[in-house]
Amino acid sequence: MSTHDEERIADLLRLLRPAPEAWVRAAQEIPLASRGFDDVVERARADDRFRRALIADLEAALAAEGYEPDPRLIEALRRQLPAE
Amino acid sequence: MMNGVDAELTDAELVARCRNGNDECWRQLVERYSRYVYAISVQAFRLPESDADDVFQEVFARAYEHLDKLRDDAALRPWLAQLTRRLCIDTLRSGSREQPAGEDIEPEGVDDTIEQIDEALAVHEAMRTLPDHCAEILDRFFARDESYRTIGEALELPSGTVASRISRCLTRLRGELEGEGRNAAPAQSGGWR
Repeated sequence: MSTHDEERIADLLRLLRPAPEAWVRAAQEIPLASRGFDDVVERARADDRFRRALIADLEAALAAEGYEPDPRLIEALRRQLPAE
Repeated sequence: MMNGVDAELTDAELVARCRNGNDECWRQLVERYSRYVYAISVQAFRLPESDADDVFQEVFARAYEHLDKLRDDAALRPWLAQLTRRLCIDTLRSGSREQPAGEDIEPEGVDDTIEQIDEALAVHEAMRTLPDHCAEILDRFFARDESYRTIGEALELPSGTVASRISRCLTRLRGELEGEGRNAAPAQSGGWR
């Protein structure tokens, strides 16, 4: 920064407002969702019954097995399952 | 230390630890850059909150997924900026079907605003060297837009003290930015940057 008058510094501080807490929390939980994804895909490969249940009703099958209904996990599985 | 992770870790150290599956470092990486990604989408690209939310989640999801493809761990900030920018453009494109081919879809002044956001990030970096009470009061007043009264109630200070402390802390921050406070003791925990 070439000049540092206090008004300019104040303007710059105003530029970086906090993102909504829920957004930050969701992004921080990405590794958890990611691990859930790997786990489900691995199980679906190994267990034909579980795989068929996922294809028939993804959310119900996940809930029945105790997985958190994370929207990112569900979306990723929807993309993955037909390719499996 | 912050949440079991050294708040002073460099970006490169943070990235390396995230790659090794350290969830706490990932949390800190998101915390460190959440305002930056948010500012690019909302201030530079003027996305509505609903679109900005999608971009925000997608930026961090892709960053997490492709962390191993980052060639220079210290280049995290420009990488995130580029990722955010690309996703903002995709969002604007998908919402504007009548945009003529080849027409620049970016709002006017995007480059200048991103430059300012980069500069703002440097100011936030400098805030980490201030004592905790300074970083907090400046953040509450300028970034969170809290009134003297709200700040006073939260910090148990009279409004007049809040005003004078903001002024003193701003002067101190200016000194840090100009290199006058290089020998000042670092804050115990920045909390955010």
